[in-house]
Amino acid sequence: MKVLVPVKRVVDSNVKVRAKADETGVDLANVKMAMNPFDEIAVEEAVRLKEKGVATEVVVVSCGPAICQETLRKALEVGADRAILVDVGDIEVQPLAVAKLLKALVAKEAPQLVIAGKQAIDDDANQVGQMLAALQGWPQAAFASKVEVSDGKARVTREVDGGLETLEVPLPAVITADLRLNEPRYAKLPDVMKAKKKPLDATTPAELGVDVAPRLKTLKVSDPPKRQGGGKVADVADLVNKLKNEAKVI
Amino acid sequence: MAILVIAEHDHASLKAATRNTLAAAAKLGGEAHLLVAGGNAAGAAAQGAAAGGVAKVLLADAPQYAEQSAENLAALVVSLAGGYSHILAPASSFGKNFLPRVAALLDVAQISDIVGVLSADTFVRPIYAGNALATVQSADAVKVISVRATAFDALPEGGSAPIENVAAAADLGFSKRLGQELTKSERPELGAAKIIVSGGRGLGSGENYKKVLEPLADKLGAALGASRAAVDAGFVPNDFQVGQTGKIVAPQLYIAVGISGAIQHLAGMKDSKVIVAINKNPDEPIFQIADYGLVADLNEAVPELVAAL
Repeated sequence: MKVLVPVKRVVDSNVKVRAKADETGVDLANVKMAMNPFDEIAVEEAVRLKEKGVATEVVVVSCGPAICQETLRKALEVGADRAILVDVGDIEVQPLAVAKLLKALVAKEAPQLVIAGKQAIDDDANQVGQMLAALQGWPQAAFASKVEVSDGKARVTREVDGGLETLEVPLPAVITADLRLNEPRYAKLPDVMKAKKKPLDATTPAELGVDVAPRLKTLKVSDPPKRQGGGKVADVADLVNKLKNEAKVI
Repeated sequence: MAILVIAEHDHASLKAATRNTLAAAAKLGGEAHLLVAGGNAAGAAAQGAAAGGVAKVLLADAPQYAEQSAENLAALVVSLAGGYSHILAPASSFGKNFLPRVAALLDVAQISDIVGVLSADTFVRPIYAGNALATVQSADAVKVISVRATAFDALPEGGSAPIENVAAAADLGFSKRLGQELTKSERPELGAAKIIVSGGRGLGSGENYKKVLEPLADKLGAALGASRAAVDAGFVPNDFQVGQTGKIVAPQLYIAVGISGAIQHLAGMKDSKVIVAINKNPDEPIFQIADYGLVADLNEAVPELVAAL
């Protein structure tokens, strides 16, 4: 069984981004970039399925500018077998376009399972996995915290607002990874060397026949309203007094 | 044109986020129809009829909606989508699960997690864990939108909208629910609570989380929440998590106990009206956004606070 894992290059999760002064976007100059944390978890899960003998090949895909090859290499270093870059140049590819690109690749690669991160930490959209499942006419199990695959079915525990839910879905299907699905490994040096020799192919939206023109236009990106914090209270009595008489919330 | 709002409910009653989503719909103009898709969901439909801002309730009552699967729900919404200018759902785990399927099947973009409506086609949404706000405009014929509940105040109750039965879509039979572990609690729903007491790694253990925070929550009638660190460490179940990828909350009072204040946690609670932080380390980032910071050992300060209330 082949597993396809889409990965996105995003700003590192420890960076506090700010809007640019001209409000045309966020300031990403000289900012550390990394693989989207949820995608790291998705890659790890796919690699573990391969190590268990459930998956036979793990193919990673990134839709973005050429520099996303770096992100794909990171996935190869931790155990993915092969990578595909969909080079979109400098345009912003929105979730629907990414889902369509992935659909075109699913048609070529015929994976039985797609494991995606549930959300990218830059646009916080939380859409691609569900959209791909819909375009394929496949079932989905979003926000997974546990995955078991056997007999052509996936049993997936999902994190939902009220607690946990366990679903069984027939394959092929899309699973999206939540935070507690696993803890991604670090690459070992020999694996880093090995990854340099793993195949990394490139294609384009035109070659895949997909229109990736953005549907949403960003008119402005601004800083959120500033919160006036930093106040201190001397002790518990002072806190109770302020909550009762100043803030009037208790 | 009319607006279709998809209700989040447990069949017997509406979830609070549905009312906030209706409030967002009201800002768009045009009458709102509330779709209640469930199994034996007459109770939820009746509450929908009484909710503010509803012109009509559409009730799709069929066994295939008992589990609220994304596949069946999306197929139903798409079958009803004709004639609607906007389709809205709460940006909860319920809405996030099925709504992107609706958008993909309609071949339109989804606008996720909006916090503001500027016009019928222009919306404000947080990006980068709320560190920036994007104003986006959609050129699509139908706008598919998930709504951040805390950004819209529910409208007054008291409506009496008619309830119309609508046909179910075919059962896709894709997924089967094997089980559920839902947290049972007498406390208020985290997303709708007026006061939240939230704990982090500083509590040290699940046992201590309970021992220290439950008396405070009981005294204040508060919901209990947690940081990711506390959930990862197994102190409390996943549904307690407040943050970028957990629940987004904005209560009147948020009391953060033993929470350091990672960007991802702040993203989930920084719109709270009043924030209290109790932590023994004065350098933690949580103090920068707290209205009232108390630098103290939580194991002493919290019981003292309970006694003083």
